Amino acid sequence: MADIRNNFVGIKSPNPFWLASAPPTDKAYNVIRAFKAGWGGVVWKTLGEEGPPVVNVNGPRYGAIWGADRRLLGLNNIELITDRDLQVNLREIKQVKKDWPDRAIVVSLMVPCVEEAWKAILPVVEETEADGIELNFGCPHGMSERGMGAAVGQVPEYIEMVVRWCKQNTRMPVITKLTPNITDVRKPARAAHAGGTDAVSLINTINSITGVDLDSFAPQPTIDGKGSHGGYCGPAVKPIAMNMVAEIARDPETQGLPISGIGGITTWRDAAEFMALGAGNVQVCTAAMTYGFKIVQEMIAGLENWMDEKGHASLDDIVGRATPNVTDWQYLNLNYVAKAHIDQDACIKCGRCHIACEDTSHQAITSMVDGVRHFEVIEAECVGCNLCVNVCPVENCITMEPLAAGVMDQRTGRPVSPVYANWTTHPNNPMAKVAAE
Amino acid sequence: MPEGQFREGIAGGRLSADQYADNFSDLHPPLDHHEALVESDRCYFCYDAPCMNACPTSIDIPLFIRQISTGNPIGSAKTIFDQNILGGMCARVCPTETLCEEVCVREVAEGKPVQIGRLQRYATDVAMGENKQFYPRAEPTGKTVAVVGAGPAGLAAAHRLARHGHDVTILEARAKAGGLNEYGIAAYKSVDDFAQAEVDYVTAIGGIDIQNGKALGRDYQLSDLIRNYDAVFLGMGLGGVNALRADGEDADGVINAVEFIAELRQASDLSGLPVGRRVVVIGGGMTAIDAAVQSKLLGAEEVTICYRRGQEHMNASEFEQDLAAANGVSIRHWLQPKRVIAESGKVTAVELEYTALNGDRLAGTGETLTLVADQVFKAIGQSFVPAALNGSGASIDLEAGRIKVDSEGRTSLAKVWAGGDCIFGGDDLTVSAVAQGRDAAESINRALTSNGRA
Repeated sequence: MADIRNNFVGIKSPNPFWLASAPPTDKAYNVIRAFKAGWGGVVWKTLGEEGPPVVNVNGPRYGAIWGADRRLLGLNNIELITDRDLQVNLREIKQVKKDWPDRAIVVSLMVPCVEEAWKAILPVVEETEADGIELNFGCPHGMSERGMGAAVGQVPEYIEMVVRWCKQNTRMPVITKLTPNITDVRKPARAAHAGGTDAVSLINTINSITGVDLDSFAPQPTIDGKGSHGGYCGPAVKPIAMNMVAEIARDPETQGLPISGIGGITTWRDAAEFMALGAGNVQVCTAAMTYGFKIVQEMIAGLENWMDEKGHASLDDIVGRATPNVTDWQYLNLNYVAKAHIDQDACIKCGRCHIACEDTSHQAITSMVDGVRHFEVIEAECVGCNLCVNVCPVENCITMEPLAAGVMDQRTGRPVSPVYANWTTHPNNPMAKVAAE
Repeated sequence: MPEGQFREGIAGGRLSADQYADNFSDLHPPLDHHEALVESDRCYFCYDAPCMNACPTSIDIPLFIRQISTGNPIGSAKTIFDQNILGGMCARVCPTETLCEEVCVREVAEGKPVQIGRLQRYATDVAMGENKQFYPRAEPTGKTVAVVGAGPAGLAAAHRLARHGHDVTILEARAKAGGLNEYGIAAYKSVDDFAQAEVDYVTAIGGIDIQNGKALGRDYQLSDLIRNYDAVFLGMGLGGVNALRADGEDADGVINAVEFIAELRQASDLSGLPVGRRVVVIGGGMTAIDAAVQSKLLGAEEVTICYRRGQEHMNASEFEQDLAAANGVSIRHWLQPKRVIAESGKVTAVELEYTALNGDRLAGTGETLTLVADQVFKAIGQSFVPAALNGSGASIDLEAGRIKVDSEGRTSLAKVWAGGDCIFGGDDLTVSAVAQGRDAAESINRALTSNGRA
């Protein structure tokens, strides 16, 4: 049986599934329910500094987009950090940690960008016996207007400065949560690393407007006729998040820096993919907010089952396994040739592959052969782009078949080369590096 | 004395009021908004979609379904009505299982086609519910067209002609317009007086005058129409019912299924409609199924369809056969009627002979079977009655007993077009009649306006 116990920067949890700092972790009641359901840990919803707590809007805090049958694909929120009293939160954190010693409790923090503020909050959090802190440099709405959250996360120098303050003022492990609302996620990650962070977590939510009410012409969610960009999350953001995780995992400057992966993780498979790209564990929010805490049972069982099937004994066997395979475009093998192939027995003749190829790509799929509706790849035209595979409604009906070395590529009229060759040495590249004589 | 289902003879009031209401409620209840969205999402938006090619009126099905999925049911309805102004009724009565849904790629892939008929009903219901009229009439052309018969072919022709600015007079023999939509379809397929609502919706375009109680050959002659109008469209359907050619078929209790179906559709109180305790229906098409199922739903204890060939030869679709079976109708094959047995002039049984195919020829085997019956429905097809056409003037060419037309619906007589069941090639489908009426109207328009220009 696969061992899925997790040790993330020294914080131990029975499984790698944590709930992210968000509404599900705002108070003891929810967190206890989560632990009962089986979650390995939580990042307690962000605490602010002592004093009157923030206030939230009293209208809608969430907006969404849906797929078929109203399946929620993306969620957006404009909720702020905890609007409960700091002392109440601290008391609850302490009690829950005492009652659930085997689970991870990390406390998310966001206070003004001055050292005194951090110096003030760190000891009171430490006193709760929580396992660590997560610095919320990601929240893209509301708090960022007050110089916190993403406003810090978008300035690498601030990140480095605050991380350093924290590292100097607490014994607790520091996880720095990054915003995706930047152009190059490696910069804030490097800054956090430079400041001495123990780990980064990402992504926080993405600036978004989920919809526009076409009667009132107001963005959604709408508060008294107005809307504000919120943070986007859920299954729709997963590809963006995974790329950012991989970018940090493979960046020489941050290589080896532990990553807690966040962004649209809904199933065990999503989690396994994040971990393969370099995440040491994962954090989940939208899936729990959509389906309730029970989903963790599927995640645990699914991860274990997959690891057993593949012979992965522990999480160390999977974390980062895909990272070396993420590379720059310029290093992709231009001598690799694949052609689409349509399994005629599986084909249901919807014609979507044909029309996608015909209208928008390479005119490489027939629609009619000898007067009969028939969809077949014209190899001499197929560039192997994979669009037909992506639009085909039948799984595995269209597959990309690599051509073996030596086989004639009917499109180019040349045999497939057995040699790996990329753009850096390609004759069409004016910047090509000539191989040494 | 036994009551209800077990009462002997032909009698009404076999069921409670609730049972009647339940039995004759909508066969396919309408999809609600969410159901329609979910179902529309199943459509793959196929290229050169097989469903569209299977539709006799060539409705752009992928497009109208996509319009439903994007929250535009009105646009969806227009896509439907552009091709088929009777799209509302076709959504209810089309044998989609042998047309669009049969070739749906999801039927091929998983045996569960997109429910095209129900989606079409959803969209057309929205538009008709708002009485959304999509087609303004063109400037008046001053041309007049007579349409014989207010059935699907006649209504489709009239609407298209009115759109083009011509003035249309529909002459309808019966008391109501709608043709078989009003008189010929099982009641559970068209509830809430939908056929009349549709007639109103179609004629709301204006320029269509329906005159009821006007029968060709009785109240006027074809030559009158040719003389008095710029063009004539014949869409009078089939007036005759094929005989059983069995001894004793004029006994009391032997009834034309089409008349029974019409009477049922017109009944204001179903409990007043008498039906036999033991009913035998002779035939294998939709009419046989409609008569049999409705007999059962009216409270007949035992209903048997006897068809002279095998299951695979039946004109009724598999869906219809299943519907009959699910309602407790038994369908027996390879049996042809030989003799109606009567006592005091009233039918008491039917003697049938087993049949077999001898090569391509169907022949009786000599073995017989007698089924006790107090009511027998004849549903072995209808025939065109040309007599009414021939009151005066030149006679019209027929082909296999129906009016011969060319690809545009032109008959052998100048100024006369025809469509629907009365033409050779008519296939007893509402949707085909609509296509023929529509296309004949376009042909008439071209003829009246020198290729579309008034």
